[in-house]
Amino acid sequence: MLELKEYRTKVHNDWCPGCGDFGILNAVQMALFELKLEPHDVAIFSGIGCSGKTPHFVNTYGFHTLHGRSLPIATGAKLANTALTVVAVGGDGDGFGIGAGHFVGAGRRNLDFTYVVYDNGVYGLTKGQASPTLPKGLKTKSMSFPSIVEGINPLAIAVSAGYTFVARSYALDVRHLKEVLKSAILHKGSALVDVLQTCPTYNDINTKEWYSGTDLPTKAPRLYKIEETGYDGTVKDPNDAKEVDEKKGQAIIRSFEWGDKIPIGIFYRCEEPTFEDLIANRMPAYKQVPLVKQSIQDRDVTSLFESLT
Amino acid sequence: MLVSLDKETLFGDIHKEFPTHNGHRNEVSPGGAIIYDSALRLKAEDIGRPDVNLYPIPYVEVLVGALKESGHDKELSKFQVMTNTVAFGASMALVDYDFNEVAEAIKEGFTGRKASLGDLNVKAARHGYDYVKANFKDGFPYKLHPVNSDSKRMLIRGVQAVGIAKFKAGCTFQTYYPITPATDESEYLEHHEKQYDIVVVQAEDEISAILMAAGAAHAGVRASTSTSGPGFCLMAEGLGWASHTEAPGPVIILYQRAGPSTGLPTRTEQGDLQFVLHACHGDVPRMAIAPGDVAECFYDTFDAFNYADRFQMPVVVLTDKFLASSYRTMPIFESTNLKIDRGQMVKESELTNGSNSGLYKRYAFTPTGISPRSIPGMAGGIFHTTGDEHDEFGHITENSENRIKMMQKRMNKLELANELIPDEKKVNFFGPPKADVTMVGWGSTKGAILDGMQDLEADGIRCNFLQVRYMSPFPTTAVTKYLSEAKRKVLVENNYTGQLGAWIRQNTGIAMDYRVLKYNGRPFSQNEVFEGVKDVIKNGIREVVMAHA
Repeated sequence: MLELKEYRTKVHNDWCPGCGDFGILNAVQMALFELKLEPHDVAIFSGIGCSGKTPHFVNTYGFHTLHGRSLPIATGAKLANTALTVVAVGGDGDGFGIGAGHFVGAGRRNLDFTYVVYDNGVYGLTKGQASPTLPKGLKTKSMSFPSIVEGINPLAIAVSAGYTFVARSYALDVRHLKEVLKSAILHKGSALVDVLQTCPTYNDINTKEWYSGTDLPTKAPRLYKIEETGYDGTVKDPNDAKEVDEKKGQAIIRSFEWGDKIPIGIFYRCEEPTFEDLIANRMPAYKQVPLVKQSIQDRDVTSLFESLT
Repeated sequence: MLVSLDKETLFGDIHKEFPTHNGHRNEVSPGGAIIYDSALRLKAEDIGRPDVNLYPIPYVEVLVGALKESGHDKELSKFQVMTNTVAFGASMALVDYDFNEVAEAIKEGFTGRKASLGDLNVKAARHGYDYVKANFKDGFPYKLHPVNSDSKRMLIRGVQAVGIAKFKAGCTFQTYYPITPATDESEYLEHHEKQYDIVVVQAEDEISAILMAAGAAHAGVRASTSTSGPGFCLMAEGLGWASHTEAPGPVIILYQRAGPSTGLPTRTEQGDLQFVLHACHGDVPRMAIAPGDVAECFYDTFDAFNYADRFQMPVVVLTDKFLASSYRTMPIFESTNLKIDRGQMVKESELTNGSNSGLYKRYAFTPTGISPRSIPGMAGGIFHTTGDEHDEFGHITENSENRIKMMQKRMNKLELANELIPDEKKVNFFGPPKADVTMVGWGSTKGAILDGMQDLEADGIRCNFLQVRYMSPFPTTAVTKYLSEAKRKVLVENNYTGQLGAWIRQNTGIAMDYRVLKYNGRPFSQNEVFEGVKDVIKNGIREVVMAHA
């Protein structure tokens, strides 16, 4: 029997006390455990930043890659071995700034993997510069001036790029995050889980208290579960283009809801053929045996030479 | 023989401020032939080559005759492009080529719904062929006869040789971002995907292309990416990550074109050698091999995959536009004796065996620097890896002692490769041991240099040629041996700075005496090697720049 501790390593963790990363790390380990995935059948990929150290704390195959480049490396590994469960993690600067092209490219392919973004609005490891999701006009504590560029909406981009599972959760609500992660991992296709996260060291605006709404007259939490308002982001018939468009549209509209009320949950979900499925349509062997298991010894190329004579 | 279809072919685009060329009529050897359209109404004096045979042919008139045969003569405008086939047929008549072969070759180019066009083109060629036979006395002395050969011969390009080598090496993962002139190879691989179980992925950019391949290599498949200089610029950080994390690959095929920046995107150069050797920050072990002809493209690419697995580092195969795209007739390459070597790997049974369980070190210190690798999915083989400096388990550490040992471990693998790979693979040496002139070159200039050597010999200049094939690890011992025996060392390179010359000097302390360089985007010709070397020898000029277009 697998135990939760088997998903942990003994590597010393040097994240700041109170960092939202801890919640995400726990949720990832719990999700893998509850899905009963053998640690050696899972590979976790990260970029650079505080979040980049995540793989070192999880006892699965772990790839700590370059800034913004976790998705290409994860893509190569998944295509080489489709039997692996592939999870990529990274910060919003890593994924939506320097890695934006790969973020879009990976969504277009609808590869079967899960991308967990630690979204806290700042570059923590380099001491708090504005990151791509920091809204225009805001100034966190180590910035000299308020940001004069727009913050991006990762959910809207993900839906447009072709991610077939798009969700948002909160690092300090580990139960919710764990459940969303499980759905994302089980989903066949590219899944984005954008995790709102506090950075107690550098983001003095979107704090735990702010998310809890203590500054609001109602004192009501800002975050609410989108499905509790009757919202359903799941496409029933992926072949129904009208339904797909409508579901994408409502996901994008709801993703812009921000301020006193912020929805979390699954915004969009649609079962479509994955990149691997489409490769297998052309190369049936690909579905049956992962590339890495195929024999490459003594391949005969004489017919190719003959075709040139 | 020059087969010209228009006036510009003969006289160049000299009306432009910067003409591409000054007319190909100047390049025809004495005693050669020029075929041209008699509708241009040119007199022999206009062409200005009394030393060559002239064959004016009324292209359109001949074509109309061919079209009439199949009732298409009213559709001249639609078929006018076929005057090129008329000219082609005419050229084949001059050299007495068997017309059946001509017809067969034409038909091969038109298959499926275009087959009827093939027949029409054969007729056009036939009429061109017959026109020459009927209207010109047989004054052209050069004839083409079938060559009796014991072995079957292929018509093969560099991109195909590389592609077939990848199949033979068991490469099952190829990435690319579209770029001239590298894309042809990826398309060739994709065309045969089913036969060889290869997944070819068009990435969003070259950063992604190299890293997808690195990820696939770490995951246990033989992976590769192909690009040209501008793409390789984007691959520098990925090269460093693959090397630092000791990925078994990828193999990177770099088809050089004239740079920098967009440069001359469809033309050739040997301008990326120093870049390949130094790309990425830090001390980055990487292998780099530079095949000199289409056959070497095949064998070096095959070997590259073995090295990537054995030495766990990226391997660059450095070739160029000229080799990529040029067709060569060659005997079928011997491929049955090529053996795949996946390098040192751990077995699942060893990893899960009681006391060893959980102790696997992906980056274990070993006497050679090579740590036997596991593959994701293996029970007991879990490893972590990172572009940070790391310990034997692949976890981040800034420990000083560990850093020194890890640097030595990684860099030592290059030394090891140098010891294990025989010199016969790393350099080629042609000609007599003692000579007046030793030419030194690399890559695609090999053919021109070998041909030029014969001309130089005929002119009384005794020469030999050192072709450096392995750039990293550098064959210092072999190169030093050959060059210390050389009387006059002439560097021949298709670039401005003489990049191999600098690399040789850095590794051996030996400087070249003379340089014959060319950097106009065109490959060296046999004549240029001859003229260039003669110039430096006879006139003592230290550096000559060749400029044939």
